[in-house]
Amino acid sequence: MKANYGYMDGSGEYYITIDTDPCNDCADHPCVSACPVGMFEIIVDDYDDEVAAIKEENRKKVKYDCAPCKPVTDRPPLPCVKACPADAITHSW
Amino acid sequence: MAEDKKEFWRWKEYNWHDDTKDWKSAETITAGVDVGSVSSQAVIMLDGELYAYSNMRTGSDSPDSARKAMDWALEGTGLTLEGIHFIVGTGYGRVNVPFSNRAITEIACHARGGNMMYGNTVRTILDMGGQDCKAILCDERGKVSNFLMNDKCAAGTGRGMEVFADLLAVPIEEVGELSLDVEEEPPPVSSTCVVFAKSEATSLLRDGWSKKRVLAAYCSAMALRVVGLLERIGVEKDFAITGGIAKNSGVVIRLERQLGLKALQSKYDTQIAGALGAALFAKTLVEKKRKQAV
Ligand code: SF4
Ligand code: SF4
Repeated sequence: MKANYGYMDGSGEYYITIDTDPCNDCADHPCVSACPVGMFEIIVDDYDDEVAAIKEENRKKVKYDCAPCKPVTDRPPLPCVKACPADAITHSW
Repeated sequence: MAEDKKEFWRWKEYNWHDDTKDWKSAETITAGVDVGSVSSQAVIMLDGELYAYSNMRTGSDSPDSARKAMDWALEGTGLTLEGIHFIVGTGYGRVNVPFSNRAITEIACHARGGNMMYGNTVRTILDMGGQDCKAILCDERGKVSNFLMNDKCAAGTGRGMEVFADLLAVPIEEVGELSLDVEEEPPPVSSTCVVFAKSEATSLLRDGWSKKRVLAAYCSAMALRVVGLLERIGVEKDFAITGGIAKNSGVVIRLERQLGLKALQSKYDTQIAGALGAALFAKTLVEKKRKQAV
C-alpha cells in the first residue's frame, strides 16, 4: 500500500509517501532511528501488517519538520530516504 | 422580540431499519460506528447484509455520539447492543467508541464500504467528509492500495459548505441544485479557505452577484481543489464518491466535468460508507475469531 502523509495548501504539496509493502520484511526499521525529528513509527495497520508510518502529530507540519534536512542549496540525501533499504520512502517537495 | 435564527446549514438526521428482515434468524450480527468530526453513523448488518442505520450530528463528546448513533440505529428493532457479535469503530473518534471490539481507520473502512456500495469494479473512492477529504485507490476486494488525505483546513469539506449555506441563507440540501441553475458558469472563487471565501462571497454579493452565482463559484472552487487531490493520487476507473458532499449535485457534476469521468451511483446512502465498511470488517473479524476457536 502507498500511504501519503502530509497535505497541500496554498503554497504547495507536501507529502511523504511510504510504500508499506516491504515494511513487513524489514528487520530493523532503520527509518525510525534515521529521522532526527523522530517522525517515523512502526504500527500494525488495518490489515494486521507491521508498517512504517508518519506520526499523527507530524502529519500537518511535515514541511516545517523536514526543513532542517532540506537546505535550499546543496541538499544532501534525506536521512530517511537513505536509510530505507527498500527505497520505499519518497518526498513530494 | 428576538427572532429565531434559522440554521440553514442544519441537515436532516435520520434512522432506518429493514422491516422485512428478522435479526433473530441471523447467524452473524455485526455493526460499524463511524464517529466523524461533523457527523456520526451506526450501521448494523445481518450476515453481511444491511439491516439498520442512523446518521446524526456528532456532539462535543465522541463516546456519547457513538452511543447515541448506535441507540438510534437499534431503535424499533428489538435488538440490543449485547446481541451484536462484533463492533468496529472508525472515523476521527474511532478510539473513543467505548463498546467497540476494534478500531479501524476510516480510509480502510471507506474502501471496504465503497466496494459493497458501488460494486467491486470501483478503484478510486473520494470521500468528501465533514472536515477532511480522502482520495483512496483500492483493489477488487476493497483493500486500500494508495491513499491521500487532506485535513489541514475545512476547505473542500462538508463544514465549509455548511458555513456557506448559512452565509447565503440557503438550506444546505438546496445548495447543489441552486448552484447549477446559472446561465453561465462563473469563475471559481479564488480561495476555498472558508475564511477568505466567505469574505470574497460577501463582496461578490455586494457587487450584485446572485446567490446562485456565488454558490456556483464556490462549488466550482471546491471541485477544483478536490481534483488536485485526485490528480496527485491518479484516478483509476471506476470512480465513486462517498460522504455527505456526494449528495451535493453542484459539486459532483462540476467534479465530473473537470475529471471527464462519471461517478458511479449507488442505492445506498453515501454517508454510511465508513460505518458500512466497519461493519463488514467486523464480520470478517468475528468469523476469523470463530475459526480460531474451533
Ligand atoms: S526502512 Fe523502509 S522498508 Fe523498512 S520499515 Fe522503514 S519504510 Fe519500511
Ligand atoms: S527529511 Fe529528515 S525530518 Fe523529514 S522525514 Fe526524512 S529524516 Fe525525517
